[in-house]
Amino acid sequence: MKKLTPVLSANWDEEDSFTIDGYRRNGGYKAVAEAFKMEPDEVIQLVKDSGLRGRGGAGFPTGMKWGFIPQNDGKEHYLVVNADESEPGTCKDMPLLMANPHVLIEGIIIASYAIRANYAFIYLRGEVVHIFRRVQQAIEDAYAAGLLGNNIDKKGFNLELVLHAGAGAYICGEETALLDSLEGFRGQPRLRPPFPAIAGLYARPTVVNNVESIASVPAIVANGVKWFQGMGTEKSKGFTLYSLSGHVKNPGQFEAPLGITLRELLDMAGGIREGHTLKFWTPGGSSTPMFTDQHLDVPLDYEGVGAAGSMLGTKALQIFDETTCVVRAVLRWTEFYKHESCGKCTPCREGTWWLVQALKELEAGRGVSADLDKLLDIVDNIAGRSFCALADGAASPIISSMKYFREEYQRHLDLGSCPFDPVASTLFAGVRA
Amino acid sequence: MSYSHENLLTMDSIIARYPRKRSAVMPLLHFVQSLDGYVTSQGIELIAKKLELETAEVTAVSTFYTQYKTEPVGEYHVGVCINTLCAVMGGDEIYKSVSEHLGIESDEVTKDGKVSLERIECNAACDYAPVVMVNWEFFDNQTPQSVKDFVDAAKAGNPPAPTRGPNSLRTWKENSAVLAGISDGLSGEGVSAGEPSKLGLKISKEAK
Repeated sequence: MKKLTPVLSANWDEEDSFTIDGYRRNGGYKAVAEAFKMEPDEVIQLVKDSGLRGRGGAGFPTGMKWGFIPQNDGKEHYLVVNADESEPGTCKDMPLLMANPHVLIEGIIIASYAIRANYAFIYLRGEVVHIFRRVQQAIEDAYAAGLLGNNIDKKGFNLELVLHAGAGAYICGEETALLDSLEGFRGQPRLRPPFPAIAGLYARPTVVNNVESIASVPAIVANGVKWFQGMGTEKSKGFTLYSLSGHVKNPGQFEAPLGITLRELLDMAGGIREGHTLKFWTPGGSSTPMFTDQHLDVPLDYEGVGAAGSMLGTKALQIFDETTCVVRAVLRWTEFYKHESCGKCTPCREGTWWLVQALKELEAGRGVSADLDKLLDIVDNIAGRSFCALADGAASPIISSMKYFREEYQRHLDLGSCPFDPVASTLFAGVRA
Repeated sequence: MSYSHENLLTMDSIIARYPRKRSAVMPLLHFVQSLDGYVTSQGIELIAKKLELETAEVTAVSTFYTQYKTEPVGEYHVGVCINTLCAVMGGDEIYKSVSEHLGIESDEVTKDGKVSLERIECNAACDYAPVVMVNWEFFDNQTPQSVKDFVDAAKAGNPPAPTRGPNSLRTWKENSAVLAGISDGLSGEGVSAGEPSKLGLKISKEAK
């Protein structure tokens, strides 16, 4: 079994882990002092050299993103942290911010210093009040400790940090929609180019990074590139949070080197719940094509998951056993995409609506075999035809489930109804209140 | 309602956080929701005036986001996660059971104004499924019975505390103020992390 590597989660079992004292007791805020001894460009180079890639889904190299910011251009630069975690199955950034908000703040200070931003924002989804409290208090304590505000490096670097609550829109996790939302508009994606590095928040050069990406930076600065590269695989360096949920005996968070497999993670989670077998799972949220029990040994890094036909995404491993109807699961995800489509692009707005209609019929066992091809035809007309990746995400569960479970769709039609008992899938199956 | 001088000063302090004032529209909407319980037309007018926008521009923002309510919700707003994973793990059963128990559907409020119900999407707590959010606080690993017990207690005026959150449950309006950035001083209450969050750490320590 590969060893787990708790870094971000190393102090979550301490009852004051979320306080500034708790964070400092474990070496917190030492990395920022190291970073201030370096030139900003050296910090960017360090993060580039480490090989850190975005932990929010796309896997873009973090240092390269920072390097795209034009320097000495006389404009304000901004750092925006994407804490809108809403991808179905994804549940890593929220426990991180609840238990250890200061590691994000330290990462923000280092990143802002590197890209020469004097203003940073945390865009936190609005549906998590207690996490808002924790992050806000952490920011206040960082200001009081002189870690935020004016002249924080004693060489004239100023940094303001603002916590901003979203209000229940999945699409605001898309970086340009997030920027529109932060500017005070409806959260709708922008056409790119220009990319945020050139014209982001208020049309100024802006870096948008996921919580976990930025929170990984202090450990890299403190321990060095070699230490970080000692974990992970050739092109996927370092540690990351894997989230196991669903029909496993012990769901939870596992911080491990990139490239661990589901088989190894399942061992630690106690396996599939008693008396059941694995049917399908997502490697990184509902927008990543689903896998089956054939994929237990796929290395969970950017390349390994890609080569097996999916995406590492947010490393949200949602596990479903044989009691689960795949058509029901896909219908529910599709209803989600329909609900969350921002309405800007016609293929996505109209297409997700039609997909729900078609899937509802199929799940109820109505319709004919030709409807299965129609479903794929609609998908073909929305994926890749919109400003952002929401429509592509909507296509993923449908295409992948049809690939592995087409006969289960057909069985609904043959029977004229759904062959599954939903109660059997519940956590309290058999002990229904 | 009419807004006090103090309310207006609070709004000014929210606007002052941002380099450009239009960015304050979202926290200001959370703020008027904390005063009125939902986004009223008076609230929209006040925000528009403060930010020098048309009321239509503020309404356009308000109606885009599901957390801003166009009608009053209950003192305790119960959100049952019905996204795939929670639904499969029991969210569908929970929703059906509590909806029948209260005699209301999603986006409706009980006659006494105490409890409202909403079918919500994934709330980033999947390792605690099935999840219910009340006033956007975490209630982990719920069952149909636990949620029925919760709403009965809430209607009687003594709702149980969240699983991972403050020691007592705050009202919808009080929590809306927190989201506007007005601290209630409760950040120190509650656990650092729930057991599933700490599972990998625990296994790693045991292996050493």
